Amino acid sequence: MSVPAAEEAAPTTSGQPLLSLRGIQKSFGAVHVLRGVDLDVRPGHVTALVGDNGAGKSTLIKGIAGIHAFDEGEYHFEGKPVKVHGPRDANQLGIEVVYQDLALCDNLDVVDNMFLGRELGRSVRLDDNAMEQRARETLDGLSVRTLKSVRTHVSALSGGQRQTVAIARAVLWNSKVVILDEPTAALGVAQTEQVLLLVRRLADRGLGVVLISHNLNDVFEVADDIAVLYLGQLVAQVRKDDVTRGEVVELITTGSSEKRGTDTTNGVDR
Amino acid sequence: MSATTQAPPEERASLGSIARGYLDKVRGGDVGSLPAVLGLIALVIVFSVLRPDTFTTELNFANLIGQSAAVMVLAMGLIFVLLLGEIDLSAGFTGGAAAAVLGVTLTNHDWPLVPALLAGILTGTLIGLFIGLLVARVGIPSFVVTLALFLALQGVMLWIIGEGGTIGLRSEFVLKLNNGSMPIWLGWLLTVLTVVGYAGTNLLKIRTRRAKGLSAEPMLLWAIKSGAFAILVVAFTAYLSRERSPNPALKSLKGVPNVVVIILALVVLLGYALSRTSWGKHVYATGGNAEAARRSGIAVPWVKISCFMTCSTIAALAGFLAASRTNSVSPNTGGSDTLLLAVGAAVIGGTSLFGGKGKITDAVIGGLVVAVIRNGIILLDQPSSVYYMVTGAVLLLAASVDAISRRRATASGRV
Ligand SMILES: Nc1ncnc2c1ncn2[C@@H]1O[C@H](COP(=O)(O)OP(=O)(O)O)[C@@H](O)[C@H]1O
Ligand SMILES: [Mg+2]
Repeated sequence: MSVPAAEEAAPTTSGQPLLSLRGIQKSFGAVHVLRGVDLDVRPGHVTALVGDNGAGKSTLIKGIAGIHAFDEGEYHFEGKPVKVHGPRDANQLGIEVVYQDLALCDNLDVVDNMFLGRELGRSVRLDDNAMEQRARETLDGLSVRTLKSVRTHVSALSGGQRQTVAIARAVLWNSKVVILDEPTAALGVAQTEQVLLLVRRLADRGLGVVLISHNLNDVFEVADDIAVLYLGQLVAQVRKDDVTRGEVVELITTGSSEKRGTDTTNGVDR
Repeated sequence: MSATTQAPPEERASLGSIARGYLDKVRGGDVGSLPAVLGLIALVIVFSVLRPDTFTTELNFANLIGQSAAVMVLAMGLIFVLLLGEIDLSAGFTGGAAAAVLGVTLTNHDWPLVPALLAGILTGTLIGLFIGLLVARVGIPSFVVTLALFLALQGVMLWIIGEGGTIGLRSEFVLKLNNGSMPIWLGWLLTVLTVVGYAGTNLLKIRTRRAKGLSAEPMLLWAIKSGAFAILVVAFTAYLSRERSPNPALKSLKGVPNVVVIILALVVLLGYALSRTSWGKHVYATGGNAEAARRSGIAVPWVKISCFMTCSTIAALAGFLAASRTNSVSPNTGGSDTLLLAVGAAVIGGTSLFGGKGKITDAVIGGLVVAVIRNGIILLDQPSSVYYMVTGAVLLLAASVDAISRRRATASGRV
């Protein structure tokens, strides 16, 4: 199955990036993990972030999400420089992360999970009905029809359904950027399709989406832009249509591509 | 289950589909209080057949409630730490220490009732704060912290009460907590309030959900549930309103025991706190997946500390009830098998030792099971050896049900 990109959101050079990083540096002690990363996340686009194990992908998104601070570099959101000191700051800006190891509570139902930590109503008298309605609306808005009841406990859901709940949770809060760390890593073929479809829908709704994936099939199916991280450097951010699979593999493994020359290895292809 | 199976968005709730949903839940390992309820019915039938003259009497029924009250209330407190996947081995002696403070202030220092009660309760709360800080801030396993306090609090009690001493309780209020019964009319008033409250809240819930276009249980189910509840509560009150004194001419004994009000109030209050407040949700979330709770912005250490404080505060109440039952406070109040029975009651009632699963009503159902076993075995003239072995076996059985249903839930959960 191939998912067509929404026409109005087709990758163009127009449109200011939602999230823009320049010259990001991050070290853990003596280990220099991120060495001057530039990254742009544009609204309505799926930006795939690819790279070998240990390239620094998770470190990069944890910095964006405020879990740990970058050492150096500029962090712009909607054109303005911002400081993100913690997950709450990132959430406030409209940045949500769907973590690889799902952050869901098995013993709670779908609604409770989606609103966990941000319940509606007074804290001594929660508005369960309002939460249930909004959870339902959000899932419907994402055209999710695989959940019989939003009062099902998460323990009874399949891997794909869980991932769906985690993603729906991320878009519940008028988020502008959703970052997904390997959302399909543990899923079967059919469920992977479901989740990729959902990822595409997020972008079609105008959100900026960052998809970390090891699977180039997924990347080529759903992404608009591909950003390649190699040993802590962003060696390319290119439009999907401008590269071949072989070139991406080459970029991931060697950090450069002979065919593409050096012009694109310097950041965003503008 | 496959994610590609298309299902209607919100299946219309019919009696059949609700029954099927419940069966699915049970098969999937979520048995809740079902084994305890069935076990309780079986026990009552067995003892009624074996000892019809002594077990199935109004007097014994009232006694049973009084005997189980302290364990039941202690179990309610323990549910808060069990929900976290933690344990409080010192809760029994926390109750004992609180009762000792109550006894000393009342009897030895002639304090007025209310300050003495508050001092006792505050003793419990502070012990809970101390445990919570050591567990959540210092990071010592609760098993170790509360095992240490299990010893230390016995010392504290001896120190408060004085070696070998016993403090008699003379306060009318404290004595009546777990001995007296209320007037017949008050029992019936309480019955009406309980039934109307139960049926009314459920009806209100159904109507609000209908009005908002959310799926609600059918009215027929509501009527069946409310009717069954009403019959149960009315039968309970009617039975306890009969004369039960062996010698009515000398001293009449009838009416619903006072302690039922305390248990009822705690069930409503604590049940509400767990199910309808954000704190309650955070308790379940912390017990289910502490890392997920943390990433959701929940202050996990605070949730833990507050649960230990809640547990110890309620343990103080349990200590009062135990002291009231014996009319005195001794260094063994809240000791011997009290704690184990309370943990057993919670687990038998359906609360998981692994955290994240449990309800306040589990304490009531499990507490009744534990009390019926003790009561029945004594009436069968069996020695304590049999009683201890049977109770131990039942606790292990309940823990096995817990562990096995957890395995089933994991097996049926992810496909
Ligand atoms: N907290 C940390 N302390 C020290 N080194 C770290 C830490 N987190 C990541 N690293 C190192 O940073 C490098 C990049 O890791 P990571 O961002 O997880 O890569 P990726 O997600 O692309 O596989 C690895 O060499 C890893 O060992
Ligand atoms: Mg990673």
